[in-house]
Amino acid sequence: MAHTAGVAGPMNPLKRMSAGEMTLIIAGVALFFLSILIAAKTYSAPFAFHAILFAAASAATVVAVVNRYYYRPAEAPPAEIDGKPNYNYGPIKFATLISLFWGIAGFLVGLIIALQLAFPAVNFDLPWISFGRLRPLHTSAVIFAFGGNVLLGTAFYVVQRTCRVRLAGELAPWFVILGYNFFIVIAGTGYLLGITQGKEYAEPEWYADLFLTVVWVTFFLVFLITLTRRKEPHIYVANWFYIAFIVTIAVLHIGNNAAIPVSLYSPKSYIVWAGVQDAMMQWWYGHNAVGFFLTAGFLAIMYYFVPKRAERPVYSYRLSIIHFWALIFLYMWAGPHHLHYTALPDWTQTLGMTFSIMLWMPSWGGMINGLMTLSGAWDKLRTDPVLRMLVVSIAFYGMSTFEGPLMSIKVVNSLSHYTDWTIGHVHSGALGWVGYVSFGAIYCLVPWLWNRPQLYSLRLVNWHFWVSTIGIVLYITSMWVAGILQGLMWRAYNTLGFLEYSFIETVEAMHPFYVIRALGGALFLAGALIMCWNIYRTIVMPAAEERTAVGGALAAAE
Amino acid sequence: MSLWNKHQIFEKNSIILVIGVLIVISIGGLVEILPLYYLKSTIEKVEGMRPYSPLELAGRDIYVREGCYNCHSQMIRSLRDEVERYGHYSLAAESMYDRPFQWGSKRNGPDLARVGAKYSDDWHRQHLDNPRQMVPGSIMPAYPWLAKTELDTREVASSMKVQAFQGVPYTPEMIENAEKDLVTQATTDSPNADALTKRYPKAQVRKFSGGTGAVNEADALIAYLQMLGTLVDFKVYDGKANLR
Repeated sequence: MAHTAGVAGPMNPLKRMSAGEMTLIIAGVALFFLSILIAAKTYSAPFAFHAILFAAASAATVVAVVNRYYYRPAEAPPAEIDGKPNYNYGPIKFATLISLFWGIAGFLVGLIIALQLAFPAVNFDLPWISFGRLRPLHTSAVIFAFGGNVLLGTAFYVVQRTCRVRLAGELAPWFVILGYNFFIVIAGTGYLLGITQGKEYAEPEWYADLFLTVVWVTFFLVFLITLTRRKEPHIYVANWFYIAFIVTIAVLHIGNNAAIPVSLYSPKSYIVWAGVQDAMMQWWYGHNAVGFFLTAGFLAIMYYFVPKRAERPVYSYRLSIIHFWALIFLYMWAGPHHLHYTALPDWTQTLGMTFSIMLWMPSWGGMINGLMTLSGAWDKLRTDPVLRMLVVSIAFYGMSTFEGPLMSIKVVNSLSHYTDWTIGHVHSGALGWVGYVSFGAIYCLVPWLWNRPQLYSLRLVNWHFWVSTIGIVLYITSMWVAGILQGLMWRAYNTLGFLEYSFIETVEAMHPFYVIRALGGALFLAGALIMCWNIYRTIVMPAAEERTAVGGALAAAE
Repeated sequence: MSLWNKHQIFEKNSIILVIGVLIVISIGGLVEILPLYYLKSTIEKVEGMRPYSPLELAGRDIYVREGCYNCHSQMIRSLRDEVERYGHYSLAAESMYDRPFQWGSKRNGPDLARVGAKYSDDWHRQHLDNPRQMVPGSIMPAYPWLAKTELDTREVASSMKVQAFQGVPYTPEMIENAEKDLVTQATTDSPNADALTKRYPKAQVRKFSGGTGAVNEADALIAYLQMLGTLVDFKVYDGKANLR
């Protein structure tokens, strides 16, 4: 980004170090020495490795910040150029590209663990790639690395455009994006080396959790301060969802990860909650990671990108108000449906089930609001595969938010729980909803960010769409059949009143479905690779002359 | 003025929006979580429950490290077929010392809540070395490195100290003897076995992975597996006592 104002170079006597630069340098130096101390004193080789990574990252941060200070002009980049906001796209570009990288990595690891379940030889008897360590790597890579970077990138884009103001801070947005991705590296390598808290979707250990807390609070501040500087009187609906996502994930993360490390020099910690209380905390966290990370955050994406791409206003402003508050209120109660018929008290289970069923309504409120935004623009589905991807994602959202309440009913859950039906359900949401809405957003974002007239090829988007759709269908149907089959086999009795099947017989019955599932995953991965090629070709295309100024904020519908 | 206009207060004030979100999201969690620290059924005291012995705790940490919870549950639901397949449904008290809980959410393999004493040590050793040796159709990964890796005992005492701080009833005596107890439990016919079982009733004492030599990770993991679900005697357990 060209800095037009101010005199560059170190000699300018007016140049002062900003508070952000100073903070980063001091924190970087402190963290560097702390990391070196830990690397020297720990018994654990993987922890020493992480400490060295932390030391290298802090040293690199200090060097980069000092270097930047040396060459930057005295003044901060202008907030506006010629009366137009001077949007900050650098961190967003990085988040978009790295999300593609993590997406491919996450889908690939998913394919490997799918093959491991079909063919156990794929574990190769090696500790760091055995199923138990790779599965958290898969879930974290797709949810937090791929999904997280899409959320961070789009949040920074949407808040700037809908507020018509430059992102708050200069280094802070970079710290958020780079810090978040550093957390991903620590978390992922930790799993492979056997560093884990053993709580699903919250596996990173105490030091990674602490670092993420700092990153996340910075994210919240950057977003909130940008909001307060807005030039629009109203906060656009997408930003309500981003705020709910950021605030709630902070609360959940801190609550569920409360732990005491064995020592400063040990990667191991023990969680302060135990047994049934820990189970409740975990699924209060776990289900709301679904509700606020994978739902509220991506609904924010829907509320910006679908109207933008369809060039239609959001269907109903009132519906968005109702479904926003209802969704965030009801979601928080749904956790116990992961613990039906367990040692959790019965009333808590029933409460969780009741709220899960009620949750169907605001979920479909969001679906209707998204789908009906296409009123008067349905013909675009035939010509615009990107919009088709966005719309199909909303359809998958509707489908999995119907299936979820169904599975939360206790009698249904007695069959579905512990089986692959859950895995199928999760993937209809993850591949269909989160995946497609992310792909749609990336296809929109890349030409906007890099100032390209359009995507390199819509035909390739079409290919991506159909290849991955076939993949999703293979995936979820095989898992439905596998799950229901195994659930029924577990509870089958013979005529003499004995259990009909041994456990291993029910495992062996899963084999063909696991093979079909792996095939589905391979197709989904292939589709994502097509996307990467398309994005690459788009970025290397010559720039558009002057992109027609897209009107800053979307007016609230009505 | 219609009610809809009142919503503007959230749309025009980012701080009020944040506060509104915070209040709305707090209610569900508070209602569902706080009572669990008060209700008798979730804080019940059941005879037989005791904290993990040092060797069992080390084994449990390996169970967590290898991500066993990704495929094995430790929670028998109160359903007829589960009780017949795995044993008495799990009580809240049976995981009262579990940090973190390992109830799991998926059964690629069977439930392990009561796997203790169900198979021989030898079966476990060979099964960990290559599951398909013992169960031909198994899809479990092999864990041959466990029996070859010496157990790192340097942090067992500090682990117990942290848990004692969190409220687990580890006495100073238990913490002081942690490393010694660990070796004792992994030694067949150890002369110190009596002192150990006094501190940890029902603790099983023997070289779990067979053979001789230093305590290895398979010893710890098998010691943990062999005690799972064995502490509570259901012949004397009174389920009605814990209703409130």
